[in-house]
Amino acid sequence: MSGGKGLCSLYISPEKRKFIMFDKLINWARMKSPWIIHFNTGSCNGCDIEIVSTLTPRYDLERFGVQQKGSPRHADVLVCSGPVTLQTKDRIQRVYEQMTEPKFVVAVGTCASSGGVFTGCYGVSGGIDSVVPVSAYIPGCPPRPEAIIDGVVKLLGSLEKKEEEEKK
Amino acid sequence: MGKVVVPVGPQHPALKEPEGFSLTLEGEKVVSATVRLGYNHRGIEKACEERTYTQNIYLIERICGICSHTHSTCFIQCVEELAGVEITSRAAYIRTLVGELERIHSHLLWLGVAGHEIGFDTLFMYSWRDRELVMDLLAMLTGNRVNYGINTIGGVRRDVSSEQIKDILKTVDKLEERTKYYIEVLTQETTIVQRLAGVGRLSKEDAIRLGAAGPTARAAGVKRDTRKDDPYAAYGEVPFEVITDQNSDVLGRGIVRVKELMESYKIIRYVLERLPEGELTVKVPKKIPAGEAISRYEAPRGEDVHYVKSNGTEMPERVKVRAPTLANLSSISHMLEGGYLADVPIIIAAIDPCFSCTDRMITVTDREKDSKSMLDWNKLRAYSIDWHKERGLDFSAISHLREDGR
Repeated sequence: MSGGKGLCSLYISPEKRKFIMFDKLINWARMKSPWIIHFNTGSCNGCDIEIVSTLTPRYDLERFGVQQKGSPRHADVLVCSGPVTLQTKDRIQRVYEQMTEPKFVVAVGTCASSGGVFTGCYGVSGGIDSVVPVSAYIPGCPPRPEAIIDGVVKLLGSLEKKEEEEKK
Repeated sequence: MGKVVVPVGPQHPALKEPEGFSLTLEGEKVVSATVRLGYNHRGIEKACEERTYTQNIYLIERICGICSHTHSTCFIQCVEELAGVEITSRAAYIRTLVGELERIHSHLLWLGVAGHEIGFDTLFMYSWRDRELVMDLLAMLTGNRVNYGINTIGGVRRDVSSEQIKDILKTVDKLEERTKYYIEVLTQETTIVQRLAGVGRLSKEDAIRLGAAGPTARAAGVKRDTRKDDPYAAYGEVPFEVITDQNSDVLGRGIVRVKELMESYKIIRYVLERLPEGELTVKVPKKIPAGEAISRYEAPRGEDVHYVKSNGTEMPERVKVRAPTLANLSSISHMLEGGYLADVPIIIAAIDPCFSCTDRMITVTDREKDSKSMLDWNKLRAYSIDWHKERGLDFSAISHLREDGR
């Protein structure tokens, strides 16, 4: 499996930067407009409808440039909900591998973070981090749309901070 | 031209949940459809056997986030029957109230998703905006937007105050206004009618033969509603009509759902006007007497059935759930066959599938008939290269780059 370097993988290391201005532009674009792909790994639907709620007029995550995409190849952030069932385990790995670097995984909900109420069920392998590396956890059953927005904004904030640190 | 197999899912933009469909196409027409279930299988029924009845309420509630009240009420009705307790009428009324609010949120959610599937995103945004009003009510009444946790064995956990009743009535008035507009859109808007009429047909005979449930069956003219046929909670006392439609297609399923919204508002107003005084819960022993019970509940998607077997301890011996989507799945293959590929997402969406409800078991329905004439990806590539060659374009020079067929 490629990737798995977490937040650091967003940036190309300074010595490799031949076209610094171009990289800056790309990083800026990535941060201002992260495209997400949503994958339900065995969730009860509760988190999924809250994720969709955040994209609709009341909460409107699109004002942060977030757009939902249909193909993993177009997406920067994989938004997962639900505990990983044995049946979806291979699928989520495949979806993750199809995404281009840099990529991030956000686990929405308690089940996605740890397995939650389904811990110990025979069809469940655990939280998302038991299969692919996770950059941000948003707990709650299900998390309110405000919490999901907060999680996404915090992830973007931490990336921006990382960039500033690298400049120094 | 041979047949082509198109896989849809488990990760697919039109499906909010992981589910696989394998469609055999002849040109644009769907010849046969195979449903592949089980991606959402978590093993809840088995897990129920290791938890006490009270713990199970919260696990069962999380079978499905959209119809969580459905599952917890259905399960609790079984347990209450086994324990031989009768809940107070105030508790029954509150259960009915939350159940109808859930139906409103689910139907508005469906309307939005259906709009999205046919490329009418304005409708999607409108109905989800209005749905937030119901979500606010549910959050106010129960403390959570989804997975309300209002049920407990022997009654409900939270009361409804007179201020809350005022708020609910105000919101219901607003929603009623909006719903009238949606009924107008679904019955008169030319683009919607043209797009949905005649798509995914399911005749009355087929609906009965394939065991369709809920709005899918009612849109085919089958007057089947558990709330009327086998009343639970307060439905025996509440007057309402069972909505049916003669269209037998996706349009009919939409019309049935929006008209059911109007009935839900009626039920809520009736329940709130006549909310009886009384205790919220009755005492139920922790150990449930041995026995078996079955209970039915009209979920937004159709009839939900729970079976509980108790052995006299604090934990059930067996819990079995039959969710409405499973009842509707056999009709899905029937509806898809003979239709066009472009209609597949809306036909699937029209039963309002909820696979997290369904996937507690693995069922593979194989309807493939003719596998000999199938073209695999490489053969198809070779075919297209030859086709272009005949017309003077030679792509064979670059074919070595894509030997793997990707």
